[in-house]
Amino acid sequence: MAIPSDFVEETGEDGAVILHFSGDLSIASLGDLPERLREYDGDASRLDIANTGYIDTVGAWLIHRTARDWDAEIVGGDDDAQRLIAAVAGADQPADIRPEPATPVVRILSEIGESTTIAFTTMAGLIGFFGAIIVGFFHLARHPRKIRWNAVIQRFDIVGVRALGIVGLMSFLIGLVIAQQGAVQLRQFGAEVFTVNLVGRLTLRELGVLMTAIMVAGRSGSAFAAQIGTMKLTEEIDAMRTIGVSPIEALVLPRFIAAVVMLPLLGFYASVVAIIGGGLLSWVQLDIPPATFFSRIREVVPLTDVYVGLVKAPVFGAIIAVTGCYQGMQVKGNAEDVGKRTTAAVVQAIFLVIVLDAFFAVFFSWIGWN
Amino acid sequence: MLDSQTIAYNPDYEGPVVSVHGLRNSFGDQVVHENLDLDVRRGEILGVVGGSGTGKSVLMRSIIGLQIPDEGEIKVFGEQILGKSDAETIEMRKRWGVLFQGGALFSTLTVAENVMVPIREFYPDMDRDFRREVAKYKVCLSGLPADAAPKYPSELSGGMRKRAGIARALALDPELLFLDEPTAGLDPIGAAAFDNLTKELQQTLGLTVFLITHDLDTLHAICDRVAVLADQHVIAVGTIDELLALDHPWIQEYFNGPRGRMASAGKKSLG
Repeated sequence: MAIPSDFVEETGEDGAVILHFSGDLSIASLGDLPERLREYDGDASRLDIANTGYIDTVGAWLIHRTARDWDAEIVGGDDDAQRLIAAVAGADQPADIRPEPATPVVRILSEIGESTTIAFTTMAGLIGFFGAIIVGFFHLARHPRKIRWNAVIQRFDIVGVRALGIVGLMSFLIGLVIAQQGAVQLRQFGAEVFTVNLVGRLTLRELGVLMTAIMVAGRSGSAFAAQIGTMKLTEEIDAMRTIGVSPIEALVLPRFIAAVVMLPLLGFYASVVAIIGGGLLSWVQLDIPPATFFSRIREVVPLTDVYVGLVKAPVFGAIIAVTGCYQGMQVKGNAEDVGKRTTAAVVQAIFLVIVLDAFFAVFFSWIGWN
Repeated sequence: MLDSQTIAYNPDYEGPVVSVHGLRNSFGDQVVHENLDLDVRRGEILGVVGGSGTGKSVLMRSIIGLQIPDEGEIKVFGEQILGKSDAETIEMRKRWGVLFQGGALFSTLTVAENVMVPIREFYPDMDRDFRREVAKYKVCLSGLPADAAPKYPSELSGGMRKRAGIARALALDPELLFLDEPTAGLDPIGAAAFDNLTKELQQTLGLTVFLITHDLDTLHAICDRVAVLADQHVIAVGTIDELLALDHPWIQEYFNGPRGRMASAGKKSLG
């Protein structure tokens, strides 16, 4: 067991004030000694460590630091103690624990400036990256033998097929909720039958594709950023470039193609499942039999609604792939940056998807696809 | 102070610092260690060598409790460590420091904060200012310039990162230091400087060092004894001269190959 350290004050024969230390002087035994020495307000000019036991560098540092600050003399140390004190004295240099913080005004201003530049550079970067993808795409179109079909098919599986379960469940529940809420509200006007219009048009036009895009952004956009970001950290991307493999063609395009192809399919599937959910609720709660429900759907949902959904979906897919891959490629430094970039990829993808969805809504009503 | 379950701190223990007996490790069908025995004496620098895949790192991980062996007995400071919980071995953990191969610094903390992590974890009551002072001198003691303390690991060179790793390993003033290939990836000048640092720290702080290495210069320059791992166990332990007297093909090839001869010549010419 470590013996706790302690000290007593004594005035020596020559009138000098001496602090006699006792016990072990080690990290385990110091306890509150550093505080007590700091609060000590006598004027000791000699530190006697003759009666101390085990000493380590932490104890040696405390003695050295105290002697330095009080301009005192260390007496009674054995060889070990002297060696350690000399070693820590050699390592006594002023240093900071963290980088120098800026003053608040400068910090706030620089943060505003930084965020502004980041917003603009991200926007420019995304557009530039999209351009690079287009260039890569045309390059591959001219050299179709270079297309990595394996990678593309694998992404189809991961982005599309494996999302069927969760997207289906989500859409089914959304269909149920829309039908149920719609029925409650429309009943007040005796117009429950319009629940069919609500479910059919809303899911095909808006919610099917939008919710799928959000789900895919969370599921695959984040994965794109994390995968590519980790490869960036381990220098795999640099290795690819050195070998002459374009990371855009090998990594980004398969993901881009997969997202652009899969999102319309998933979105349409989601709309259909949501309609089934709505149909089920209508059957149970509103006594509309499935056959009637589906024939009503055919009557009230114009084909343009399906087009609206299907036109938007590939654009959303492109946004998800571009933000995910772009943020992945921007990873620098450490593992924390992968996390930050992944979050940024998902947030930006969802934000851009919703903004564009609003533009699409205006556009489609302008061309008369109501 | 300590609860009765933790292993008592026994400063008077004089036997081998690490004592491994009958160790067996396997991953699936692949047996890495079989009936492995090894003693590390107090105050020595023990070099551990062996071909790639002979389980040098696995041996280290077994001793520090990161890998649970199939069979065997491992004693550190004379105390059994197998079969004990983390809480029970906490007093042990305070007494050893580990430098992992890649440094394993926490990338989101500065060098000085990295050094403060074990101190804060094991001695949460230590005065905050004093803890900062300790972190600072540890950084300088490890041969880093003072301006490296507030830097993040990603801003450091490979050699500096190793030194920062040493600073963190030494944070609690351990008696036993584990180094896993400390000079791998360093230039010869940096590697020699790191060897000197290890020797210097071992002498000033009275450390016992368990050093895994492939670096023949390190073996010649600073190791008191060398343990050779082959055929799933330690086939020989001794000074390099003692090992050279043995008639084992791998040992002969290792120390008498072209690189081995050059390292040995370099040692002799330095005197």
